[in-house]
Amino acid sequence: MVRFENVGLRYGLGPEILRDLNFAIPAHSFQFLTGPSGAGKTSLLRLLFLSLRPTRGLVNLFGNDVSLLGKDDVAALRQRIGIVLQDFRLLDHMTTYENVALPFRVTGREESSYRKEVIDLLKWVGLGERMDALPPVLSGGEKQRAAIARAVIGRPQLLLADEPTGNVDPTLGRRLLRLFVELNKTGTAVIIATHDINLMDQYEARRLVLHQGRLHIYE
Amino acid sequence: MVDLGNERPQLPARARNQSPIVPRASIAGRALVAVVAIMTFLAAMTTGVVLLISASAAEWQSDVSSEITIQVRAAQNRDLDRDAATAADIARAQSGIVEVRVFSKEESAKLLEPWLGTGLSLDDLPVPRVIVARVTPGTPLDLAGLRGRLTAAVPSATVDDHRAWIERMRSMTGATVLAGLGVLALVIVATVISVSFATRGAMAANKPIVEVLHFVGASDRYIADRFFRHFLMLGLQGGLIGGGAAIFVFGFSESIATWFSGTPVGDQFAALLGTFSLRPTGYLTLVGVAVLIAAITALASRRTLFATLAAIE
Repeated sequence: MVRFENVGLRYGLGPEILRDLNFAIPAHSFQFLTGPSGAGKTSLLRLLFLSLRPTRGLVNLFGNDVSLLGKDDVAALRQRIGIVLQDFRLLDHMTTYENVALPFRVTGREESSYRKEVIDLLKWVGLGERMDALPPVLSGGEKQRAAIARAVIGRPQLLLADEPTGNVDPTLGRRLLRLFVELNKTGTAVIIATHDINLMDQYEARRLVLHQGRLHIYE
Repeated sequence: MVDLGNERPQLPARARNQSPIVPRASIAGRALVAVVAIMTFLAAMTTGVVLLISASAAEWQSDVSSEITIQVRAAQNRDLDRDAATAADIARAQSGIVEVRVFSKEESAKLLEPWLGTGLSLDDLPVPRVIVARVTPGTPLDLAGLRGRLTAAVPSATVDDHRAWIERMRSMTGATVLAGLGVLALVIVATVISVSFATRGAMAANKPIVEVLHFVGASDRYIADRFFRHFLMLGLQGGLIGGGAAIFVFGFSESIATWFSGTPVGDQFAALLGTFSLRPTGYLTLVGVAVLIAAITALASRRTLFATLAAIE
């Protein structure tokens, strides 16, 4: 589903922060992406999400060479990818419900066709009572859950999560991990970038470890 | 009242999907509406004035070109009255001339009154006599033939077909129309620049929204459409206000001209500008100008939207 061949990334004229990445993410797989701060986890996620292009090498996503993609192709591919970012990126003028429903709304679907699905998911992540609240009044944990719900609502083929349990207590962390595992069982490939050893210990999965710009894979 | 308990529908009370994707308040709307309204007003006023001047000039031209003037000057050993009568007869005999009117001595004196004042005896002055001949509109007049016959019979007669005046008027009208088009072009350019700046500002203010929309897989077209709706509405509002104000100004001026008609002021005004009123097609043109400015606003913002979106990953 995703294939990286000799991929390198540098910002401007700076040093290469990702070097010679060679790996594949198979469909239906589950993996943790870990490594020390500044190792390039977020940059790798951005490469996977097409918001960065590699400086060298080949990135193949869903059978497409990303260097050949136009903007419309990128938009279409992103509809198959869910992403949870560290800073959540919720829209402050929209309610929690509207934020979570956004991936459906931008594809032009009727609100009545996804309403139940969105409400069910919001209840599942514990935001059933907060669906009319605006993000500025949500706690950090609530924002994180809303961001996760938005990423998974469209049942993406690939889910990318950057420190998805960083702002929640261990109990909720386990619950969210279960959500990712459930999603994985329904066919979504999951990549969770995290520092949290406890989280990784809770679920047996492949580990991609970034160290000094290189990737080491532990199956 | 029945307590539904857990059976209570879990749908939120207020209707869904109400928040616009791009909040209206995030776009500096009022300033842009004001700019578009002012630009539309200026464009519509310019167009209206050009239309008025063209119509008045056309009226003057048709008035002037439907007449020729024969001037018979006094000459030694010749009877001015007889010469004038001869010239009038020759003019009457000319095909294409429908009416000939000889200005009497008193009438000629009256023509000079604005320069020489009243109560002046003109008997001692060699005041020329004026003959005005009305030409059938659209008939080619053999002016050279008429001139030849007149000078043969009355050597001191000259014929003026007002061609020089018509040419001057034509060039003046042309210059006015050109100036009007120039102002219109400047207004359009200024509108495009203002709208482009406003669009860029709105996009910059809403960059986080654009990024999130990109994250959830929205295409540039979808995002541009969300912004475009706002700018189309702003353009239409501005066009409506500016165009409406211009139409009101012309309608009001027309009413004032009607109120003053018959008074000396009104008559002078009418003499200068003809009937100060736009034809129905003129008002339609003003509406067209307002629509044009609104359309330009929309197009300029659309172009800027796509250019800005292309730069945002």
